[in-house]
Amino acid sequence: MVSNNATCDGSLLSTDFQIAAKAFAEKWKKFNSDFPEWLWIDCSNRLGFAAHGVSDGYLSVQNVFFKVQSSLKEEHGECSSNDYEEPFDNATLVQSAGDDGHRYDFHIVYSFSYNVPVLYFRAHSCDGQLLNQDEIEKNLPTESAKVLTESKWTFITQQEHPYLNRPWYTLHPCGTSEWMKLLLANENSTAENRVEQYLISWFSVVGQVFGLKLPLDMVKSDG
Amino acid sequence: METEAQKYVWDGAIPLQIHLHDSEVTTLPPPSPALILAPRIGYLPLLSSQLKPFFSDSLPPGADTIWFEYKGLPLKWYIPTGVLFDLLCAEPERPWNLTVHFRGYPEHILIPCDGEDSVKWSYINSLKEAAYIIHGSSKNVMNMSHPDQVELWRSVMNGKLETYNRISSKLKLGITGDEFSGKPNPSPLKDQQSVNETEATAARKASRVPVRLYLWIVDKDFDDLEEAPNFDRWDQVSYINRPVEFYTEGKYFTLLDAVKSILPEFYPGSLNTTKAESKDEPGIEPENESHPVIKLLRIQGIEPKMEIPFSWVVNNLMNPDYFLHICLYIKAPKPIGT
Repeated sequence: MVSNNATCDGSLLSTDFQIAAKAFAEKWKKFNSDFPEWLWIDCSNRLGFAAHGVSDGYLSVQNVFFKVQSSLKEEHGECSSNDYEEPFDNATLVQSAGDDGHRYDFHIVYSFSYNVPVLYFRAHSCDGQLLNQDEIEKNLPTESAKVLTESKWTFITQQEHPYLNRPWYTLHPCGTSEWMKLLLANENSTAENRVEQYLISWFSVVGQVFGLKLPLDMVKSDG
Repeated sequence: METEAQKYVWDGAIPLQIHLHDSEVTTLPPPSPALILAPRIGYLPLLSSQLKPFFSDSLPPGADTIWFEYKGLPLKWYIPTGVLFDLLCAEPERPWNLTVHFRGYPEHILIPCDGEDSVKWSYINSLKEAAYIIHGSSKNVMNMSHPDQVELWRSVMNGKLETYNRISSKLKLGITGDEFSGKPNPSPLKDQQSVNETEATAARKASRVPVRLYLWIVDKDFDDLEEAPNFDRWDQVSYINRPVEFYTEGKYFTLLDAVKSILPEFYPGSLNTTKAESKDEPGIEPENESHPVIKLLRIQGIEPKMEIPFSWVVNNLMNPDYFLHICLYIKAPKPIGT
C-alpha cells in the first residue's frame, strides 16, 4: 500500500487489519464478557500450503442470540444480559419450540477493494433454518430499519463470502471510508492508537443496525 | 477509440449446447438441446429470454428461476460467461455442454438471481468497486445519469462496443497509458485518449488496477490440458479479489509481476514488487519441490506470455466492469504441516 496516512482518509491498511482485529476482540472480551467471543480465523493457509508470513483471515463471532422483536415498544439498551444469552446447543433449541430467538453469526472481513472492514452475517431461527432477507429486516430494531431505509451508505445485500465461497448477507462497504473519516476526525489520537481504535469505532456504528450498542468504556480510546 | 484486442474481446462468444435437466422434462420425447452463442462478456441468466421459450413446453408447472450447471457444478451467474468457460474447461470444449434448470434454485450455493435486474445490479456494483479501486471513490459511477446508466448496461448486454466506450469514457476510469509497453512514441491516433486521461490524473502516483483472480490449485501434475482434473465444488477454487498496484513511472511492470503481487505467498523472494529482474526467467518458474508452478494462465480465452506489460493486458483484456479477470491453474506442493 502506498498511502502513509493510514486511517486519516477513513480507510484501514490491509496490513493493519489484523492488529485492529486483535485490539477489537480483546476489548470486546473485556467489556462484553457475557457475549460470545470474537475469534480470528486464520486463512493464511487457504491456498493449500504454508504462507510465507502473510497474514490472511477474518474475525468471527457465532451464535449471538437475539430475542425476536415481539412489539414495537421493545427497548434496546447497551449490551446487557437481557439482550442476549449464552449460545444454545441445537438440542435445547429443538425442544423449546416456543422460543422466539434468532442466532446470528457475524464475520468481519477486510475488503481489499474498499480498504475497509466489511460485516458479513447470517441468521438462523430457533429451528436452525437460515433466515431470508425479509425475515432479517423484519426483525431488526425499528430504529435500524429506519437507518437502513434512510441512509444510502448502509444497505443489506447478499454477496459471496470472500473466504467461504457461499452467499452471506453483508452491509455494502462503498460508503464506509467516508463516514469513518468523519468519525475518526473527532478523535485526537496517535496513528497507532487509531489503528487499534478503528474497528471499535466502526462497530459502534455498524452494530447499531442490529441494535448492538457498545459500552461507553469500550468506545473510549483510552479505556 | 477501441483497440483491435478490445473488439476481439467484445465479439468473443462461446458456443453452448444447453440441455434441460432430466428432472424438469415432462414431455416425450425430451426436448432437444438448445444451441446458443453466448457472448464472453455476458452473463448466463441473460440467455433466459432465448432459452425459456425453447424449453417452456417441457417444464412442469411452477415458477421459473433459471440456473445453470456444468458437470454437477452450479455456475455462478455473476461471473462473466467467458471467465466461467476459461476456468472450468482447461481444454476448451466446443460446444460447451451445460445443463439448464428452471426449478430448485440452489440458494445456499448461489446468490439469488431475479433475472436481468439482478445481473444489472451486480454489474453496476462491480463497476462501482472498480471505480473505488481506481479513484478511491465510487462517485463517478453513483452520479451517472439514469439514461447513461441504462445505455451503458444495454451496451454491455448487447455487445455494442462503440456505445460502451462513449458512455464509459465519461466515468474517467482510464487506468494507464501505454507508456509502460516500452514504446518510445505511442502513436498519437491510437493513444490520444489514454494519454489525456493519465495526464489528468497525475502520473506520478501508483495505479491501482481492479483484478479478480480465480485460482485453482491442483496437486497432481499434468502435461496435457486434456488431463487436467475437473473440479466439482467451488471450494476447490480460491477467489482472490485484490487490486494490483504499480507505479506509473520507472520500472517495466509485467503480467508476471502482477501475479506475484497478488500471490506473494508463491514468491517468497519478491514480497516487494521491486524484484531482482535477473534472478528468474519470466514465465518459467523453477520446477522444484517447494515452488508452485503456473500450469495455465488464461485471460479472455488466451494464454498471454508472462513477460508482456501488465498495462497492455489491462487496457485490452479487461471486462466491461473494468475488472481484469484472470484464471490461473497452479500446481502446488502438498500442504505443509497438514
